[in-house]
Amino acid sequence: MRLRIEGGQMIDPASGTSRAGDLLLDDGVIAWIGERLPEAEARGVDRVFDASGLVVAPGLMDMHVHLREPGHEYKETIETGGRAAAAGGFTAVVPMPNTLPATDNRATVEFVARRARETSPVRVYPAVAATRGNENTEMSEIADAKDAGAVAVTDDAFPLQSAEMTRRVMEYCRTFDLPLLTHCEDKALTKRGVMNEGITSTVMGLQGMPKAAEDLQVARNIELAEMTGCRLHIQHISSERAIELVRQAKARGVAVTCETCPQYFCLTDEDVRGYNTLAKCNPPLRTKADQDAVKAGLADGTIDAIATDHAPHAVNEKECEFQTAAFGMTGLETALGLVLTHLVDAGILSLGEAIGKMSTAPARILNLPGGRLEAGAPADITIFDPAAEWVVDPAKMRSRSRNTAFAGWELTGRAVATLVRGEIVYEDSARHSAQESAHGGKDRK
Amino acid sequence: MNLTRKDILGLQEMSSEEILLILNRAADMKEILSRDIKKVPTLRGKSVVTMFFENSTRTRMSFEMAAKILSADVSGFAASTSSVQKGESLKDTILTLDAMKPDVFVIRHSASGAAQFTASLTGAHVINAGDGAHEHPTQALLDMLTIIEHKGGIEGLTVAIVGDIAHSRVARSNIWGLMKLGATVRIVGPETLLPAEIRQLPVEVHTDLRSGIRGCDVVNVLRIQLERQEAGLFPSLREYAQRFGVNSNVLREAQPDVLVMHPGPMNRGVEIAPDVADGEFSVVTEQVTNGVAVRMALLYLLLGGSPDAASN
Repeated sequence: MRLRIEGGQMIDPASGTSRAGDLLLDDGVIAWIGERLPEAEARGVDRVFDASGLVVAPGLMDMHVHLREPGHEYKETIETGGRAAAAGGFTAVVPMPNTLPATDNRATVEFVARRARETSPVRVYPAVAATRGNENTEMSEIADAKDAGAVAVTDDAFPLQSAEMTRRVMEYCRTFDLPLLTHCEDKALTKRGVMNEGITSTVMGLQGMPKAAEDLQVARNIELAEMTGCRLHIQHISSERAIELVRQAKARGVAVTCETCPQYFCLTDEDVRGYNTLAKCNPPLRTKADQDAVKAGLADGTIDAIATDHAPHAVNEKECEFQTAAFGMTGLETALGLVLTHLVDAGILSLGEAIGKMSTAPARILNLPGGRLEAGAPADITIFDPAAEWVVDPAKMRSRSRNTAFAGWELTGRAVATLVRGEIVYEDSARHSAQESAHGGKDRK
Repeated sequence: MNLTRKDILGLQEMSSEEILLILNRAADMKEILSRDIKKVPTLRGKSVVTMFFENSTRTRMSFEMAAKILSADVSGFAASTSSVQKGESLKDTILTLDAMKPDVFVIRHSASGAAQFTASLTGAHVINAGDGAHEHPTQALLDMLTIIEHKGGIEGLTVAIVGDIAHSRVARSNIWGLMKLGATVRIVGPETLLPAEIRQLPVEVHTDLRSGIRGCDVVNVLRIQLERQEAGLFPSLREYAQRFGVNSNVLREAQPDVLVMHPGPMNRGVEIAPDVADGEFSVVTEQVTNGVAVRMALLYLLLGGSPDAASN
């Protein structure tokens, strides 16, 4: 398949460039990029994609999702999650290992990779659990899992409580050159907690989760990363103080990176009022001051990446008492719109910076191909309309679960087409039919 | 003025006018309780379902008595005998009972927000009989009715709420109700039993019992639960009683005509000394009587009884 993407605004965060022009995809890689594809190169093109008025970006990569397979297929599968990713403009996702059984060894990593090959339209790079069964008692066979395709080690959803175990995992990760992605939470401080601790939890009579629970583990993990030389990546950073800790660590040269998620720059604990279980997530939605700190951290580069922590749950797991409800919200199909509307249009990030945090940065942190628009790079491309206005409608989502906290939100900007290995894996249906007829006429000339 | 809302979920969302309407009606209802024949036909043909997912004797009995005096039919369950034991979700339980077309649900549940969740699932009226650590509006209403009976009003009074504020729905409902009616509210307890950022509310916070009670018109003593000690929130019931137990000595700091209230059940010798619990300032049994009156008033107002019916 030779595909020409014509006349789009091509943004390459890796080189910091933005230019109008053409892109030729051939044999799964970017074959040519420039202002105007020469006639000689244009021969034998199977399809021309008119990208005028659209942004052409390196494929978005979500380094933090829950695809629920194996074990919780009633919430999501690698197939449905993959489709949701493609529809949201993502060309690659990193599923977390809190599956059943846990993705904690060669067999389970291979299973995830095989199911991805068989069913997912987007690339799936599994992360392996730091400890067997996510039980925090014995280390997983990390090296074996790496050979099977794991790109990172993580304690997501089951944060390592012992500093000793964390130290050893970090040393072992360093040995096999894998980053450690950590969910920072001191569980003793968040016991029975269901939302951020503060005046809102007090008024609602809900058990709080203090920010200190996150801050303490961010501080501890930074110290241990400095000691061990492990590449540390802090997941879903949400608190003002934790961001400051990362800022200081970076300033003194510690190999630490971090991500945040749209919910932490779009929502606050006020959104939990009314016992809104859709806004229940972990880390919990914090305060306005934390939200401002997340935005500042994104703007000054302290926060490297934007992920979604896409956490699908069945209806009955959210339509229940708040304290019983599952933690987490879906995010794959809303992230791009939220970033474009609430970070780019709001003047917090440039378009290039925003795309970089969703493509170039995750690729760099995980040492993966992609995240660049240049000849020879993988033909993983996200084409989006930065001006498209749309309303979030859970009924239209591809994910098997609909637990979004953003239903009814008016957003500007959404994916028009998603290409993986040079193949179109998602295309906005309205636009697709319009283009077909337009190009049908052109080809006849 | 009539009560136009569908549900009674908490006092935070209520206006002072609504609260006074309920309290005035409760005063009328109380007269019925003093009669020889304690039955009026007002709510004949109306059905009330009581759902107690958490143990309660006084609140459940109080609601049942209130409904029966007004001639409503009352059915109900306690969680230990219900399908909850079989793993049925709260949503399914409510939808099942709702299909039997009750007029009012009364719900007590350990989860904050459970009453609001119930209200979202049914077109029937919902009365919150206590949800987690959130609100217990009928308790606060009966507390306020008791205060008004003794003090003539709420405005300008200073009311101390003493004890485990963090886990107390009674405290939260009292804070909202008393503030709306113009009282000064003091919160008294050790920091471990105060909820986060409580100082952001317009209340006075005292961690010393003596200063907290000083000059108060009312002292509302909350029940302390042994599990709080087990959770490490204070070292022993002994030390709690010494530092935060309301006894006759510390009560001398209050106004000479102070009212001592307790939502019950009391731990004599822990949060309240026996001689105070049964002493001259205690109004705990009046609170129980007023509980029936307040719940009668709410059922009456929600179900739209005609203005004269209750007095016939």
